Amino acid sequence: MSGPVLRAEGLGYSVGERALLQGLDFGIAPGAPSFVIGPNGSGKSTLLRLLHGLLAPSQGRVVQAGIGRQAMVFQKPVLLRRSVTQNIAHALSLAGIRDAARIPAALEEVGLPHLAHRPARLLSGGEQQRVALARALALHPDILFLDEPTASLDPAATRAVEAILARAAARGMKIVMTTHDLHQARRLAGEILLLHRGRLIEQAPAETFFQSPASAEAQAFLRGDILE
Amino acid sequence: MFRRLLFALALLATPAPLPAGAQERVITISSTTSTEQSGLFGHILPLFREQTGITARVVALGTGQALDVGRRGDADVVFVHDRAAEERFVAEGFATRRQHVMFNDFVIIGPASDPARIAGSRDAVAAMRRIAEARAPFVSRGDRSGTHAAELRLWQQAGVEPSGSWYRAVGQGMGPALNTAAAQNAYILADRGTWLSFRNRQDLRILTEGDPRLFNQYGVMLVNPARHSHVKAADGQAFVDWIVSPAGQAAIASYKINGEQLFFPNAAQPEPTS
Amino acid sequence: MQDLGAAFQQALGLVAAGDAGLWAIIALSLRVSLTATLIAACIGLPLGALLAVARFPGRQGLLVVLNALMGLPPVVAGLIIYILLSRSGPFGALGLLFTPAAMVIAQAVLITPILAALTRQVLEAMWEEYAEQLRSLGSGPGRAVRTLLWDGRFALLTVLLAGFGRASAEVGAVMVVGGNIEGFTRVMTTAIALETSKGDLPLALGLGIVLMAIVLGVNAAAQLLREASARWSG
Repeated sequence: MSGPVLRAEGLGYSVGERALLQGLDFGIAPGAPSFVIGPNGSGKSTLLRLLHGLLAPSQGRVVQAGIGRQAMVFQKPVLLRRSVTQNIAHALSLAGIRDAARIPAALEEVGLPHLAHRPARLLSGGEQQRVALARALALHPDILFLDEPTASLDPAATRAVEAILARAAARGMKIVMTTHDLHQARRLAGEILLLHRGRLIEQAPAETFFQSPASAEAQAFLRGDILE
Repeated sequence: MFRRLLFALALLATPAPLPAGAQERVITISSTTSTEQSGLFGHILPLFREQTGITARVVALGTGQALDVGRRGDADVVFVHDRAAEERFVAEGFATRRQHVMFNDFVIIGPASDPARIAGSRDAVAAMRRIAEARAPFVSRGDRSGTHAAELRLWQQAGVEPSGSWYRAVGQGMGPALNTAAAQNAYILADRGTWLSFRNRQDLRILTEGDPRLFNQYGVMLVNPARHSHVKAADGQAFVDWIVSPAGQAAIASYKINGEQLFFPNAAQPEPTS
Repeated sequence: MQDLGAAFQQALGLVAAGDAGLWAIIALSLRVSLTATLIAACIGLPLGALLAVARFPGRQGLLVVLNALMGLPPVVAGLIIYILLSRSGPFGALGLLFTPAAMVIAQAVLITPILAALTRQVLEAMWEEYAEQLRSLGSGPGRAVRTLLWDGRFALLTVLLAGFGRASAEVGAVMVVGGNIEGFTRVMTTAIALETSKGDLPLALGLGIVLMAIVLGVNAAAQLLREASARWSG
């Protein structure tokens, strides 16, 4: 594959008078995971929702190329008041997928086959997030958006989720993810997009970004300074 | 599990079509609260059914409303007690004939303390005048019923235009009006049948009775099938014929509360007075 | 106090005697109110869910109308249905006036707005949580309504109970359209009204206690079910 799978063209989003994002122009290429980082309130989650199509841009547009299916995992997993299996079945049915074998496969992938028939909302936070991941993975998406998927999880659960994501990326699934955890970005990211105050400050391969950041903001952010 | 429960509920909610199969012979009688609440229908309708195979359903309302139900064609037979209104019903063409069935009488009820001092006299008109003069609390049905019409006739004969805080029109049936009178220690005109079967009397008792002007005549009419084609003319007429027949009249005469006869059949004879 | 004591004795006596007439009245009450609740649920629940999920022109107006209808006096509803079902009315040919079917219609009309409004309240909170996730999965409003109704089923049980309670406690409308005909359209509430008007207050109260016991029983059963199943919903 070549060329970007996603392109933002003059992308902006405002609520009333307040511009949350403005003038974003970038492409996201297939391959290793793209991480959107930046301080709280920089617009990471809004950008992800625009790219996924949950929000309509106020300015500009999002161009998708060659993306069949896409899925998103949220910081707080929203599971239906049903069993784990029924949760995944619901998503498959909405996508028009009849292949029930995908359910045990997805649960296997996230390491929860033993919980298949448990009420989803009574699982631990980490288990619920893995069920949410299984639900997304069962759709076999070409691109998977994740909005701070490990922000509320303990280290063990975080490690489990990261392992799942690494395997999915290795299989060729494009991952676009936000995080406020720089170490997580170092562990998983193929490229970094640094957002600050609704603008894209820097986009670079992860290695370049962490070794020799180009912008003053990126340097400050990596030092651990508070960006305002 | 939940689906199964819903299903069970649905089954429970829709069992066998609502009662009254198509073959069953059923008529609807629009009648008055006094006949229903005195228990008369409970006594005679099973006998009627036994003898004719027809089930009669009674909707009990004030006479005025009961006649309206007949006018709208919502009943097959009307069985009420306001002769003037019944004759108007016939004149309007909603029935072709009105027949006498039975009579009982009204009584003037009041508190034992009798503030208007009406007890002891049989003169109902004088009693009403005294109640008005004493401005003693009086509960009126106020619902265009036969009893209400009789009460208004008595006021008229007494030359009284009842109004003021002592005159309390409740717009309800005989029973609720009696309940109100019992609670307020008020005077009230009631039909004897309802009074006899009324349980919540408290301090109330009969103070005036026996005046011919308290006579209360019941009449029966088949709703005119020419006005309402769905009226069950044959079965409705069967009820009218039965209630004025010796069998029906005997059934009425045999209804007693505490040994006291409530209604006096008089289909054969003309009214004693009016 | 004496009267209340007598009423309890009456109630116990009524139940102990197993009077066929009483059981027929209870059975009819349950059947009419359950049928009415079922019909009202078929309309009120989806309508409430749609109002929770969808934003369409006229939605606010519909909400105002629904809330106003919740306060519709039963007697007024009864009168309107009376006029519609009367032989002289537009649906007179059906011959429904003074039948249990008319009472079902009256109760259903009275509680549909209640079910719809309560359903909207219950499901709006759930929709707030689900909306983004369901849209991400590609669910349209129609499908979302179904998902919400199913996932809210245990909370909606309470809504149904509220409707059933209101229906079975109703007296004004069923009296007008049912006619309180003995053995045919006499239900618990109209029987109570009748005994009250006959001045037999202990019997009226006794019937009232039986009615309350039934409603209590239904609620207790539903509560048990809800608790047993709350383990599922989380």
